[in-house]
Amino acid sequence: MTSHEHDSHDASHGHGEHAHMPFQAHHFDDPEQQFDAGKLGIWLFLVTEVLFFSGMFCAYALYRSLHPEVFTFASQYLNETLGATNTGVLLFSSLSMAWGVRCAQMRQRTGLVICLSVTLGCAAVFLGVKAIEYTHKWEMGLLPAGEYVSQFLQTSHHEGLSSWLYVLSAVPALCVVGFGIWYVLCVMSGNKQKAEVAGPFLVTALCYFLGVFIGIVFQNAEAAAHAKHETAAHASDSHPDHDQAEHTSDGHGEAPEQSAAAKLVSHVEPNSAPGAPTLAAVDQAGGAGVFFSIYYCMTGVHAVHILGGIAVLAWLLVRATKDHFNEEYFGPVDYVGLYWHLVDLIWIYLFPLLYLIK
Amino acid sequence: MSEHKSHAGKHHGFAHPASIKSLLLVFFALIILTWLTVFQSTLKLGSIELVVSLTIATIKASLVILFFMHMIHDKPLNAIAFLSSFIFVALFLGFILMDVHGYKDSYEFKNVDSAPKVAAATPE
Repeated sequence: MTSHEHDSHDASHGHGEHAHMPFQAHHFDDPEQQFDAGKLGIWLFLVTEVLFFSGMFCAYALYRSLHPEVFTFASQYLNETLGATNTGVLLFSSLSMAWGVRCAQMRQRTGLVICLSVTLGCAAVFLGVKAIEYTHKWEMGLLPAGEYVSQFLQTSHHEGLSSWLYVLSAVPALCVVGFGIWYVLCVMSGNKQKAEVAGPFLVTALCYFLGVFIGIVFQNAEAAAHAKHETAAHASDSHPDHDQAEHTSDGHGEAPEQSAAAKLVSHVEPNSAPGAPTLAAVDQAGGAGVFFSIYYCMTGVHAVHILGGIAVLAWLLVRATKDHFNEEYFGPVDYVGLYWHLVDLIWIYLFPLLYLIK
Repeated sequence: MSEHKSHAGKHHGFAHPASIKSLLLVFFALIILTWLTVFQSTLKLGSIELVVSLTIATIKASLVILFFMHMIHDKPLNAIAFLSSFIFVALFLGFILMDVHGYKDSYEFKNVDSAPKVAAATPE
């Protein structure tokens, strides 16, 4: 199929000497020159990305340097376990992407298809975990400045799944159905190349739900730790709803970190008189809301980059199944890889800066 | 550049595929550093905590840039182009922080969330 395409290309342009290079643009001398030009281009694009994100890091640095206490207070509402899980998932996707570049360079078609599929799957898991984090916070009233709900009001407890989660999951659910049908049709019609695209797409859509599942498990563990603390604090308050959640925590042994609310209680209780008003001021006086504005902005823009990465990885996967890449022409895989690593790089900084403030 | 020419010159043209071993080593180093950064956050290091976590993050970032992004084998021009962006980020952050802290005393903390809201969520 490929040779047919480039035959027609050669016939129209008469580039006999590039017979083995169907994707070489004719203003380049050789494949290496084309690759180097593209490579410089993608590095320059990454420069604009770094500068673009630096605006948000600047807002972060500015606000944190002026109000460090707000960051200490608000950061405890972020789930460290989920953040660390997502870091691991992104690092693994970076590994599979780098491995994919290697496969493209060595003309290992199957290896490249597998690596790109794994990368896509990890991206979907990341988004699934993120969906749980976001929707849980929305229900808790942990919203941007102006919408933020004080965490000292007793109403801000939340159990079960957020209705927002169903809204966010609608698109992945549709993708599962759509890609599932497509995959079955491809297999039935015996179209192997299309099935190799539809299969990974289906797995990617399913991986979103795997991420959601991971998110729910860790969120429940957190809730269980919280419940435990609450039962310890107020022995009279029993939470029958927590049965399942407590089960999870028993499996875990001792929960390594306290829940946000539990920490809050331990923060407030020892020195109620002088401590509480300050915390309440941090909570309400325009403090925590601005933290969450910064949090949603930075992680949200990062998530948009993940979505963009999914789109270009899907494009690469289609081309990989058509066997477009080889040791002379692997530029697109390399360029997407660089972009993907940059997205990972930004998360490497976001994770400690947002989640790990003590 | 000359030394990687010879390294790449075998049969992959101008491509120099990274070895699987190096990729896996970098990956496990990154995982260990992630664990380390989570661990250090439990130590309550106080004021140097930010420095420690940023140092670990920068080591991780360097590993990703050098090995996953192949900068170690890349053309110097690409490395200069990319790394120069961090100079501008440093200028950007540095000058803004300097400026803001110069005027710090004349600021007031604005009451964005002055009216405490009742949470929309109702416990089930």
